[in-house]
Amino acid sequence: MPLRSGRSKLKWRESIPTLVFLVLCLVVWQVSVDYFKLPLWLVPSPSAVLTAFWRTRDLLWAHTLTTILETTTGFMLAIALGLVAGMVMVLSPLAKRMFYPLLIVSQTVPLIAVAPLLILWLGYGLLPKIVTVVLVCFFPITVSLIEGLEVSDTDLLNLLTSMGATRWQILYMIRWPNALPSLFAGLKIAATYSVMGAVIGEWLGASSGLGVYLTLSSHSFRTDQVFAAIIAITLLSLVYFALITGIRRLALPWLHTEQD
Amino acid sequence: MTLELRDVSLSYRGTGTAALDVLADINLKIATGTFVSIIGPSGCGKSSICNLIAGVEKSDQGDILLDTRSILGLPGQVGYMPQKDLLLPWRTLLDNVALGGDIRREDKRKSREAARSWLERFGLGEFTKHYPHQLSGGMRQRGALLRTFLFGQTTLILDEPFGALDALTRREMQAWLLDVWSQSNPTVLFITHDIEEAMLLSDEVVVLSQRPARILERITVPFARPRDPDILLSSQALVVKKRLLDLLSEIGGTRAH
Repeated sequence: MPLRSGRSKLKWRESIPTLVFLVLCLVVWQVSVDYFKLPLWLVPSPSAVLTAFWRTRDLLWAHTLTTILETTTGFMLAIALGLVAGMVMVLSPLAKRMFYPLLIVSQTVPLIAVAPLLILWLGYGLLPKIVTVVLVCFFPITVSLIEGLEVSDTDLLNLLTSMGATRWQILYMIRWPNALPSLFAGLKIAATYSVMGAVIGEWLGASSGLGVYLTLSSHSFRTDQVFAAIIAITLLSLVYFALITGIRRLALPWLHTEQD
Repeated sequence: MTLELRDVSLSYRGTGTAALDVLADINLKIATGTFVSIIGPSGCGKSSICNLIAGVEKSDQGDILLDTRSILGLPGQVGYMPQKDLLLPWRTLLDNVALGGDIRREDKRKSREAARSWLERFGLGEFTKHYPHQLSGGMRQRGALLRTFLFGQTTLILDEPFGALDALTRREMQAWLLDVWSQSNPTVLFITHDIEEAMLLSDEVVVLSQRPARILERITVPFARPRDPDILLSSQALVVKKRLLDLLSEIGGTRAH
């Protein structure tokens, strides 16, 4: 354990340059806005943004809850669908040949064009937002799982076969743990996209959610609130990212042990 | 158990018309508790013999018997270890050694106990909770060998297990293998291209020809056990070594023409 805490201390030190740069940017921003007396609706200063964030905190939190609900539901559904689709495509080469190319092509369809259709078909409720989140998250999860499940080391597969392992045993003893690092890489990408997916869905038509707060604020030229919403979206995305990173740490202990 | 290869032939049919003959009428009987090494030119089909016995491949002709039972095309009957250690990176050393028990759906606690006692007996007791990437090459190879011993128990096929190790580690590993082998005395078929290794470890050395591989000669190694590596310096050893070198250079000669 002392080794691990030593490393985390090192990581903390490594992030100092980032923090210094961030603070520097904020200071320059603040000073420029004050010096040039830029109006609030054009460019709000960092302090104005923080003030707006704090002033509307109850409203912001209520909208955030909706977004959390949509994102979490969509993310979970995408994981479930991605696992099933990935497994099916790995176990059945025919299924892979049928769906995989279409899966890739589907990613070139812009979300911004599909989202209004979803609203048109599914109404203004939570459902179209959840579907947008699923659409955004499904692809990275499925593709990373498929890549991970394809074990390239034939010697390893041979060894297991020689020990009399069944296809099913090879799947859960070899392919699945082998897929985990890649799967988690996909989950991290999905986590950062997921909030964005929900916000785009809300943006086009909803009664509640960070996307709604964003549209309302921007329509009334409350640019400070727009920035406050951006902060909320960023924080929320980071929370999902941190959650995935934490689960990864627990699920992949062999990647988090030090070399002796 | 007695391991017997009876008239085993193998050829690969490619997409073209010509078949690639790999093994030609291999007849080999290894008595219970005997350690037999196979040496031969590289690419002569030694690994195919391993794959056949391990049940990963099937031959066109002949039969492979364990005692009196045919195991041709039947995996899971012998312990098989390839050159790479192939420890699973996500399993600790203990869980890697117990892998065979998991595949046979044995009781987890029992197979872990067995694995632990083997690891402790053979000097890896303090590394049971380590993951493979935390171990040295020699330790990983020992782990893989113990996994094979625990799985195969009576019959083991070792395909150049020390081929990737440096000379010093390899010497250590040979002594260690002899120690482990003497404890339970399984039947071993050992593939190597190292003449001294074959002489130090085995009761008998089988020399294979170029592809399609035939058995050229079987040479009995006359030393008593337990063996000390110094026996390789005896005059008796030099006679055996000369014979083996002659055979191998003969094979090399036929290849040149």
